[in-house]
Amino acid sequence: MNTGDAAWVLVSSAMVLFMTPGLAFFYGGMDRSRNVLNMLMMNFWCLLIIPILWVVVGYSIAGGNFDAAFFGGFGAAFLKGIGLEGEGAKQLLTIAFLGMFAVITPALISGAVAGRMKFTAWAIFAPVWMLLVFAPVFKWVYGGWLGVRGSLDFAGGTAIHVNAGIAALVAVLILGKRRGWPQEGSPPHSMPLVMIGTGILWFGWFGFNAGSALGANGQAVQAFMNTFLAAAAGGLAWVLVERVRDGHPTNLGAASGIVAGLVAVTPACGYVSSMSSIWIGLAAGVVCSYAVRIKFKGGFDDALDVVGVHFVGGLVGSLMIGLFADSSHFGAEHLDGLFYGGGFKLLLEQAIANGVTIIYSAIVTALILLAIKATVGLRVSDDEELTGLDSVEHGETAYHFGEVTMGRG
Amino acid sequence: MKLVTAVIKPFKLDDVKEALKSAGVVGVTVTEVRGFGRQGGHTETYRGTEYQVDFLPKVKVEVIVDDADVDGAVEAIVSSARTEKIGDGKVWVTTIDDLIRIRTGERGAEAV
Repeated sequence: MNTGDAAWVLVSSAMVLFMTPGLAFFYGGMDRSRNVLNMLMMNFWCLLIIPILWVVVGYSIAGGNFDAAFFGGFGAAFLKGIGLEGEGAKQLLTIAFLGMFAVITPALISGAVAGRMKFTAWAIFAPVWMLLVFAPVFKWVYGGWLGVRGSLDFAGGTAIHVNAGIAALVAVLILGKRRGWPQEGSPPHSMPLVMIGTGILWFGWFGFNAGSALGANGQAVQAFMNTFLAAAAGGLAWVLVERVRDGHPTNLGAASGIVAGLVAVTPACGYVSSMSSIWIGLAAGVVCSYAVRIKFKGGFDDALDVVGVHFVGGLVGSLMIGLFADSSHFGAEHLDGLFYGGGFKLLLEQAIANGVTIIYSAIVTALILLAIKATVGLRVSDDEELTGLDSVEHGETAYHFGEVTMGRG
Repeated sequence: MKLVTAVIKPFKLDDVKEALKSAGVVGVTVTEVRGFGRQGGHTETYRGTEYQVDFLPKVKVEVIVDDADVDGAVEAIVSSARTEKIGDGKVWVTTIDDLIRIRTGERGAEAV
């Protein structure tokens, strides 16, 4: 194994791991103060259960038999036969790197269901969803039938953001609204926490995107540059829209635009040049700043805008590959976008890959949630929702003001 | 003995404290409070959605004075807290039945 490649992917893996706490703060700051610990724990739960499930069977389904079109099989379950000799260490490193993606993908959904989901229901949903939805779709997109047809998804626009985003929409439709929504507002309880989370996410995203080159090479450098530019462009676009439309450029607008730009450039970053990534970021910032309002028209309580930012942003980025993909820039062989002489072929393949993902993810997510609803139940009671999930579900309080002393029960 | 209570703009607290000290008041209790009056609230915008904030942050100042010192204390607060803009707050005076200094057990006017 090339030591430069190994070093970069090792560092990238740790950076992607850091994104899940970053996401937890990003979401946690936007949540109410009585539910912030529940939000953090929904994300940290993914860090507890998914790594183990990933090596037991998740990786095998998602990538075990690389030539399989639909299902990776159980051949690599329990990492059977993967040692350190030959290409073994490289494979083990890839499994670790991809495991970080398996952790954060279900964690993305947590922002939609904030404030009313039973923790037990989430604790079952997140790992089951990873196995039944994330792992198979990952297989189809990377080396499976959707990838072989010609669709492109460098670091997980279709397989991660569109996939988790549509699952979030289905989840809030089955779970129902929070009490009082939308008449009663619940603005972010801590904007500084949101901004810290955004910073951690942007930092980690360099590992997510540039690490997906799986080596220290030119494609990684271009993906790194694109991650830098699209995030800035997304934040810039969102803030400019706000200044004109609402009067104030807000911190939450900057943070949301940065994340929207990052989401959109994720599938594209290894296939497009620097200037294209700016257009992708700008488009994501503008489109998502309007998409977060759809929930009020549609009447679905997507609490922290997972649909408006991740689903819509992922779709924008994935479809824009169909415009901007430039194989000659990378000296690679894949379909080119409309603007680079490839015609409509790639755009069509991108639409097919996302369409298939949306249909599959929506159906299986619904089945998982309906099964949980029929057994342990999905929602906390109205009283518990009003009391707050931190105290009810975790027996903790996020903020103790003044000098609080407690007797030793 | 009277309890003089004032609800004022938070950034005026320092001026009010100095004015009360100059007026000879020896102790002040301060609480951060929220409320609304004729000033109303304000709006905040998050992801393009407007939220109405009805309860504005104010500071409540409480001082206990001898009957003879009430006018001086009230005048100190009113003159130092006034900006002549809406939302300056109010001052009110209530009679106290009894007062006890915890350290010594002194009661009534001696405990002021």
